[in-house]
Amino acid sequence: MENLPSALAIGLGALGPGLGIGLIGMKAMEAIGRNPDSSTKVLPAMLLGMAFAEAIAIYALVIAFIK
Amino acid sequence: MEKGGIVLKPEVIGHIGSLAVTNTLFTSWLVTILLLVIGIAAGFRVKLVPSGLQNFMESIIEFFYATVEDLAGERTKVIFPIVMTFFLYIIVGNYTGLLPLFGTIGFHTADGFVPLLRSINSDLNTTLALALISAVVTHALAIRYLGIKDYLKRWVSLNPIFLFVGILEIVGEFTKVVSLSFRLFGNIFAGEVVISTISSMFAFLLPLPFYFLELIVGFVQAAVFMMLTLVFIVILTEKHESH
Repeated sequence: MENLPSALAIGLGALGPGLGIGLIGMKAMEAIGRNPDSSTKVLPAMLLGMAFAEAIAIYALVIAFIK
Repeated sequence: MEKGGIVLKPEVIGHIGSLAVTNTLFTSWLVTILLLVIGIAAGFRVKLVPSGLQNFMESIIEFFYATVEDLAGERTKVIFPIVMTFFLYIIVGNYTGLLPLFGTIGFHTADGFVPLLRSINSDLNTTLALALISAVVTHALAIRYLGIKDYLKRWVSLNPIFLFVGILEIVGEFTKVVSLSFRLFGNIFAGEVVISTISSMFAFLLPLPFYFLELIVGFVQAAVFMMLTLVFIVILTEKHESH
């Protein structure tokens, strides 16, 4: 029970980024599926977008660690 | 707070005068020396047809030069060394943190075990310093390319709407520093905790996928830091088109 704040922080904090990363991946898949030659342009942009979205989850993780 | 022996604060291993030397500071010196040695060795007697270490470093540099040139255009020659230094320092720091001796060799003190070597980006001091340097360099380059007047016109303005936008942009600069530092710190520190936890459960074979994950994360975080610094510099040094 004493770990509940940390658990809530990371649990709820990972909802948004999880959805975000999934949506980014979905749109990237669609783009590559429609135009397979564009994968060299789409892939780095997708990774960059995913790193941004993941950063939000990392903020929540840091809060979970320090409490 | 201790989880499998990993603490947020870097442990102090000694003092030089009044400077408390932490294990991450000591490791960062080693990483710097390693990068210097590689740089000097690769650039020693440069050959027109490269081979060996020079060839390897040239392939890395060329790959990223093309990427930076895509974004920076005419200012590439000035911007490239800065962002490439960030990338090399962060990626070498991340990868050396996965080597065998890190976190295991050290000495026992009254408060517990103090490791001698620790991954440099698992220390918020390092990542905050890198983010601050990135911010200072961005603004310094903006002043150099735009001149003081155009640079200041971005933040302060007589028009009340633009004044509000300017204030938001100033706040945005601080968030950039916080976000850059915490992104890198969180990723590498969380990786350290994960590997330490899994190794304390079963130290053979099981940590392998996590080490693989850390390899990927180390590269991605270095690349993201570099790309973000590059994008911020390019955006800030762009001449403001008149309305």
